[in-house]
Parts: sequence; structure tokens; C-alpha cells
Amino acid sequence: MSEAGQGKKDAGNGGEDPRYKGIDRVLKRLQFKQDGLIEVLTAAQEAFGYLPEEVMIYVARQLKLPFSWVYGVATFYHFFSLKPQGKHNAIVCLGTACYVGRANDIVDAISKEYSVEPGHTTPDGELTLTTTRCLGCCGLAPVVVFENQVLGKETPEGTVGKIRTVLAGGSLGTVAAGQVEEASAT
Amino acid sequence: MRQQELMEMAQNERDRQSKYRCRLLCCASTPCISSGALAVEEALKKAVEAEGLQAEVETVATGCLGPCSRGPLVTVRQQGRSDIIYEGVTPQLASKIIDKHFKGQAAPELEKQAIPEDWPFFAKQTKLVLAESGNVDPEKIDSYLAQNGFTALLHALREMTPEEVCAEMGKSGLRGRGGAGFPTGVKWDMVRKAPGERKYVVANGDEGDPGAYMDRTLMESDPFRVLEGMAIAGYAVGADQGFIYVRGEYPLAAKRLEKAIRQAERKGLLGSRILDSNFNFRIDIRMGAGAFVCGEETALMQSIMGRRGQPVPRPPFPANRGLWGSPTLINNVETFGNITTVISKGATFYASYGTEKSKGAKIFALAGKVNNTGLIEVPIGITLREIVYDIGGGIPGGRPFKAAQTGGPSGGCIPAEYLDVPIDYETLQKLGSIMGSGGLIVMDDQSCMPDVAKFFMEFCMDESCGKCGPCRGGTVQMHRILDKITNGSATMEDLDRLQELCMMVKETSLCGLGQTCPNPIYSTLRYFRDEYEAHIKHHQCPAGVCQFTEKPLKIAVA
Repeated sequence: MSEAGQGKKDAGNGGEDPRYKGIDRVLKRLQFKQDGLIEVLTAAQEAFGYLPEEVMIYVARQLKLPFSWVYGVATFYHFFSLKPQGKHNAIVCLGTACYVGRANDIVDAISKEYSVEPGHTTPDGELTLTTTRCLGCCGLAPVVVFENQVLGKETPEGTVGKIRTVLAGGSLGTVAAGQVEEASAT
Repeated sequence: MRQQELMEMAQNERDRQSKYRCRLLCCASTPCISSGALAVEEALKKAVEAEGLQAEVETVATGCLGPCSRGPLVTVRQQGRSDIIYEGVTPQLASKIIDKHFKGQAAPELEKQAIPEDWPFFAKQTKLVLAESGNVDPEKIDSYLAQNGFTALLHALREMTPEEVCAEMGKSGLRGRGGAGFPTGVKWDMVRKAPGERKYVVANGDEGDPGAYMDRTLMESDPFRVLEGMAIAGYAVGADQGFIYVRGEYPLAAKRLEKAIRQAERKGLLGSRILDSNFNFRIDIRMGAGAFVCGEETALMQSIMGRRGQPVPRPPFPANRGLWGSPTLINNVETFGNITTVISKGATFYASYGTEKSKGAKIFALAGKVNNTGLIEVPIGITLREIVYDIGGGIPGGRPFKAAQTGGPSGGCIPAEYLDVPIDYETLQKLGSIMGSGGLIVMDDQSCMPDVAKFFMEFCMDESCGKCGPCRGGTVQMHRILDKITNGSATMEDLDRLQELCMMVKETSLCGLGQTCPNPIYSTLRYFRDEYEAHIKHHQCPAGVCQFTEKPLKIAVA
């Protein structure tokens, strides 16, 4: 473990892996203050897509915190993931309004179509299915976030259809535009 | 910046705005953006340019207007005429707006989208906090200054002592908008009097309740108002550093706040020697990372300090020992949104709204099975019937109203027989619910109450931080029993055990999350006990939601 940390430390300073640069920048901006741990981890997750163990070790060393402390914080907050995420991420909102609007059926439909449990990634690393608690777009319930776009008034078939289009190499743009017209027509 | 400069800047912006014959205000808050508001804004700008009307027509991206399910919304504001608001605008319709208003062409498809002026959704509201939302450009400080922005801060710094500011808060009767309803004036005075060299002001924008998005809208639509409220609070309690804790799921709110802070600092409205006084105040943003419990004040402070967001026992209260051991004032974002109104219009004006014990207006996020969903601000003391049937426009398909859920996972359900009681802190508590942060979900007869209770318990089970036993284990067990009830394997003894557990978790948990998480069960049991019994005794779900796939263990053995 310590070897890996040491190796990456060099990588960070030596610039072998450019992704460490982003972390270093945030570390310097926060003057290596331990209070800034969550921000540093956020930056690390942005750079790597998730939090590999050696990155957490690197952050712990830089902030002079025990690794257990960093690990504790990283596992406490839902935002941080210790596992690699899929190429595409479908986030289904399970807030009260979406729940009343049967968002559960959407989760079930995606999970059945791609045999993936909520919170997990398909074996080919293409799709991660996540659920979240209220995105605050309750007027558009049920809401799904896919490809960083908030899609409102979703249906199980519609959502699966959109995911299929994108996974097949299509873009959401055309689908989303159709979606807007559909929504305004109702 | 001096007083004179502030006034000049505001006047300049007002002059600039009045040069335009017409202003097109395009709502650009998260719900409208998800329905395509940015494309609409782009189309409007293009259409204005194509017609060569740039000198006469200005297109502005503003904050939320309220009826979020009808977005994207565009307001046409012409000089000397009343505003016209169009709902569900598409890029195609955007060019029709130009055709109709500037070329005099008829556009029947546009007429259909116009919201009638006397629409009860707007008519029944009292906008104190959201007064400028949908009116100002949240990314331009001049736009806020033109609406007399930062004059409340100026007034407080020039004319009032910190004691007087706290006293004014007390006189206004403003109570914390985070849910508990603690009198704001009392809290401010506690922090002011607490000994300590450094003090902090924290705005709680970790709005975790599902179905609630008042704080996000306020931060997105009128960020300067929140900053000004915080600065006044800083002056009143003697703090020179403020933090806004923004929920991780709200990137747009964080972006706009950051922009707002930078602009205010550049103009000398935040930072050192604010408005040429001796008062210094900095504001920093802290992003949450997805933990519901961080809405609890002690957990939130832990999170600001970069630790696991786990609550610590109170006392000592944050007012005495908060961030880094210093006295800390924590208020909800919406509470800070009320401050400028109290200072600039006076406590007496503010106190003229609301009921005897709960003053002012409250923002609610109206959602669920109701025709007009969205964000509303109503005087405290309004009845639920007015909210659901007048503002909300009733329930789709004319289905019967079953219950309204307030306060999220800490709140409860209010059944139909209480549609006419006034909504204020005390009444809701008596009914077994709480005001909460302002989520209001309407349910019709298709919602199953034990299932709703299970939904909230699952939420609390996931979000329990795991520090204290009653909450960590109790939520799991309560969820298990509710699961049994909804799948048909429960017996009547389970119902008794559930009630016992509720009492235990409520009485012995460390923080608000655990103490209030049995509320949804309590209130549904109180008003819909027959539904629970129908599930257990007859394996029937009156709402037709639950699938009874299991059988009680005892019967299976027999």
C-alpha cells in the first residue's frame, strides 16, 4: 500500500499522470488544510471518475491525515464512488413526487432490460444505473438524468428507448427535442 | 462603495432597462431548463436579431416564476402594459412571440399558451421572499441593484446597531424556515451575546427532503438576496466569515452563487470595509456530497470542517460552540431570504402577514397529484384547501383528495378532514405533521398509505448516518415490518411492535433524523389505521398498490 502511495506521489509531483495535477491544484488552493478534504476528494473523483485506493492514499499523505480518515469520509458520502463508473450514467430520481409518479417502474424496467441492479454497472462498463433522492424537478416527475440531461415526465418504455438509442451510438439530442415537444403538447 | 455610488448604479441600470420598449424574460431555473428553456432563450435572441430589434427588445434569463410543470415560461413585459406570460414555449413558438408583439401578426397557437391574468395560481400568493424571482437576472448584480438591492444592508450598517437588528428580527416574528420554527431573533441574539473572538454565519442549503426545492430555487433565482441576508446576519452577530452549504445535487445553484459572490466582492458589497463601513464579511461556498443527514445543523458543521457528516450531541448548541469551537449562527437559506424584507420594509410590515404565532409567508414546493405543480409562496395561516384546489387547481381527473404530505421524511400526512385548518407551525404539529422545509406532496386515492410510510422509512434507513443505535437499527427493523405489511406476511402483533419501535426510536435517537423518522408511520397509523388493518387482516390494498406475494409465517406453519 505504502509503495503504491509513494509511487503515485512521485507521479503527482513528476507529472507522469496528468490527472494528479487537478488534485494538486485544489490542494494548493486550499493550502493543504485538512478541512478541505471533501473538496479535494471531489476534485479527485472528477479527475478519475471514481476514487481508486492509491488516490485516497495520495490525498491522505498530502493532507497529513490517516488513510482511515480519508476512507471514512469517502465512504460516508453517496457522491463518492470507490468503483469505476460506466460510460453512461442513468440516474433515476426517487423523490416523493417521482415516487408518487411511479418512478420505481422505470428503475425496474432499466434493471430488467440491462440486468443491472441500482447502484451497479453493467459488466461491459457501458451503463451505470443510479437512484437518487429528489433532484428538485418535482413539476416534471418522474425525472431521469441521462447523459447529464434532465429528462422529465418519463415512462418506463420511453426511458429504456432513450438509453437504447444512446448505447447504440445515437445521441440524446434528437430524442430530447422530441421529448420537449411531447411534453408541451400535453 | 459609498451610498451615492450604490444609488447611482441602481439608477443607471433602471435607465438602461427603461430604454427598451419591451423586455422578454425567459425563466432559466432548473425545471424550465430541463424542459428546454435555453433553446427557447436562444431562439428568442435570434428572432430579435433577425428582425433588427436589438435596440428595442431585450432578452433576459431570469429565475423561477413558480408553475414549473408548465415551463419553459416566457414573460413579455411591455412598457405601460401588464405582463403577459406564455407557458410551454418551444423554439418555434418563440419566433411567433416576436411576430405577434412586434409585427402585429395573429398567432392563434400562441394565444393558447398565454396564462390568464387572473389565474388563481398567482392571485392567491403573497410574494415576500420570491418577490424578485423571475424578475431579476440572477447572474447580474446590476439587475438586483436596480430593484433596490443591498439597500437593506446599507440601512442596517448606517442606521442600526447590531442589537437593533436582532431586536427588529425578534419584533418581526420571523421563525426559522428549516422546519423547526425557532424564533430567528432569539437565535441571532444568542450568537451575538456568545463570547468568542471569531464567529461564523452558515446558510443551510442542504435541502435533502425529497419533494422540496425552495432553497434551490431561491439560490438559483435570487442569489444576491441570500448573500445580503447573510451579510446583515454577520453584522448583527459580529461574524466576519460566512459559509453557504449547497447540496451536491445543485450545481447550477452553486455556480450562480459563486458568480454572485464574485460580483458582490468586486463592487465592495462583500469583503472588507463593506459600503465604506468598518464591517468585513466574506462568504465561501461549501458543496455537500450527498448525505441527507448533513441538513442537521451539527452534522452540517462537521461536513464544512471536512469530516464525516455525523451529528454531535447538543448542548453545546452551535450558537455557543459551532464551527472550530466558535459561536456559529446557522439558518436556512430561505430564512436568510426573509431578512432583507424585514429590514427594508420594517418588522411591522412583515408581521402583518401570517398568524398570531407564525408571521410572514412561507414557500412551498407543491407537487404530486395536483394540476398545477410548482413553487408557491403563501401567507402562513392559509388553508390546505386553498393551496390544493385554488392554487393547485385540484387533482387531475377529478379524483378525490386523500392526503397531503408535508415535511418530507420527518413529517406526516394530513387527511381530507383537515383541509380547512390553517397551515402554521403549531397546527401542523398538532395534526402529527410538521411544517418542515416546505415540501407539500398531494396524494389521491391511488396512493397506499403503508406503502408511503415504507417509502419514507426506506429513505431514513438509507440516510441514517449510523452513529447512534436506535436510528441505525430501528429504521431497518421498522422498514422490515412495513415491508411485511405491504407484502402480506404481517400479523397484528407486528403492528403493535411497530408502534413500540416508533416510540423507542423517537425517544432515544441522537439527532433530528432519528427523532422524527417515525412521524410518517405515526401519522398514517393515526388517520389510516383501517388501511393497515386491511393489509394485515384481509390481504387487501385499498389503493391497489401492494402485491401480496407472501403469507404470514404462523398460518403457513398451521
